Amino acid sequence: MSTATVAVAAQLQEKPVKSRLTRQRIRYAWLFVTPMLVVLALVAGWPLFRTIWFSFTDANLSDLQVAEFVGFDNYVYLLSDPEWWNAVWNTVKFAAISVTLETILGLGIALALDAHFRGRGLLRAAVLIPWAIPTVVSAQMWGWMFHDVFGVINHMLMALHLISKPIAWTASPDTALVAVIIVDVWKTTPFMALLLLAGLQMLPGECYESAKVDGIHPFKVFWKITLPLLKPALMVAVIFRVLDAMRIFDLIYVMSGNNKDTMSMSVYSRQQLVDFQDVGYGSAAATLLFLIIAAFTVVYLTLSRVGRED
Amino acid sequence: MNRKLKKTLGTLAFYVLLVIIVLYTVFPFYWAIVSSLKSGSELFKIEFWPSKPAWDNYLAVFRQQPFGRNILNSVFVASSTVILSLSLAVAAAYALGRINFTGRTPLLFTILGVSMFPQIAVLSGMFELVRALGLYNNLLALTLSYMIFTLPFTVWVLTTFMRELPKELEEAAVVDGAKPFTIVTKVFMPLMGPALATTGLLAFIAAWNEFLFALTFTLSGDMRTVPVAIALISGASSYELPWGNIMAASVIVTVPLIVLVLIFQRRIVSGLTAGAVKG
Repeated sequence: MSTATVAVAAQLQEKPVKSRLTRQRIRYAWLFVTPMLVVLALVAGWPLFRTIWFSFTDANLSDLQVAEFVGFDNYVYLLSDPEWWNAVWNTVKFAAISVTLETILGLGIALALDAHFRGRGLLRAAVLIPWAIPTVVSAQMWGWMFHDVFGVINHMLMALHLISKPIAWTASPDTALVAVIIVDVWKTTPFMALLLLAGLQMLPGECYESAKVDGIHPFKVFWKITLPLLKPALMVAVIFRVLDAMRIFDLIYVMSGNNKDTMSMSVYSRQQLVDFQDVGYGSAAATLLFLIIAAFTVVYLTLSRVGRED
Repeated sequence: MNRKLKKTLGTLAFYVLLVIIVLYTVFPFYWAIVSSLKSGSELFKIEFWPSKPAWDNYLAVFRQQPFGRNILNSVFVASSTVILSLSLAVAAAYALGRINFTGRTPLLFTILGVSMFPQIAVLSGMFELVRALGLYNNLLALTLSYMIFTLPFTVWVLTTFMRELPKELEEAAVVDGAKPFTIVTKVFMPLMGPALATTGLLAFIAAWNEFLFALTFTLSGDMRTVPVAIALISGASSYELPWGNIMAASVIVTVPLIVLVLIFQRRIVSGLTAGAVKG
């Protein structure tokens, strides 16, 4: 085989043969990519196109075929609906607060995981547990812990004399969003920590060694070396999480249903679409959310510089 | 002496911090397990260790709703999602990772863009599609619609993996006149075991946990997947949720996931970071 290989390999250097081979390979490339693209077009491209189309009609869930074109009516109405703005504001508050807390806690856990100590594997395993738990399950678990009468959180806070009477965490307008944020922070901090840990482990070790030799205080090392070097990874992780938080649905829906105090943009759209059967109007809300996420995605793609190395 | 004391205190503080982290991450699930083992009025007492552990809640979950059926539904949906997305993704990843053709970079961008789609943005269009295909209240509707989030992810991670394999591997096969299909199945597939296991597991978890589509595209109790079943468990009245049953159901569906994640933890971490940081 080896002599034959050498002979053919020599032939490969000659242009005509190579280009025939290249052309053949390109044909195969498209052949291989096509099934995936067809499925993606079917489940992403087409439904997105239809949602945008519906947003300009008065379509109703009971019969989608009889929809009539109404122009920008849905959008005009949406932008004047205080409940929509309430949902926007809830989503922004939720995303800003929970991503900030997740970043700080995640960075702390990542730094702890980056240190060398006994039982590090155990800690990493423990940190993965909230990530592995389905969102619906964490919503229910925490819903039980937040129970106003029998919940363990009220019990512990009362035992520590931090509160004098039980708080109705998920029912009261003041705390409902706080409760949702607490659960989201618990659930997604591990993901953040692991992303940041990967970033930390890619940092060059030499800077740290020279800083150690110079006897620089660890806090100063963190602010002056670690944080600036980690910034690209940190930015990507934060935007990734913001995108996720902006489209939050299941946690909020399971913890507090269609409650106005916690309603996110996704929950609002689904309520219009499914509960009120108003597909046209709900699609307009969904399309707006899509446009917001798309704007963030452009930022994300620019920051992560995908494919530039090609 | 003073310095030594300072160092000991520092180490002590560090370990206290670690204990707090572990308690914070593990306690909620521990509390779910403890609660699931308390039956009747025991559930309403705050005890950090169940004094009379009982399996009543576990039996009740299966007796009061088709929970066994719900688990089978989830297993079917998640497995079929994994098989379909991996078979489409391996072929695509070979083309995107190993063959240089015009349009490759725009394709990769498109795929990454799709992974950012909010599910709600395709909900009404997908609903129409599902009904047009006659798949409403059918598990296949979920397998199909889940492609929107598993495909971009699996294609992306497998492409990254394929790109890193040495060029020589393929050259010999090309020279021997092997067709690309043979190259993928005979040369690459045997090497891709770990990558397939990681992406497959992550896709499985994503499909197992999905809620919005499962809630919207199924109607009857026996077609629900596990997350929908757990979210919609209700008691005699809407004000008295059967918390014991909910906790038992939660523990049943979460324990296998946690075991899987702990077994594959190293691979999962590298898979997640390959999907996000390197991307």
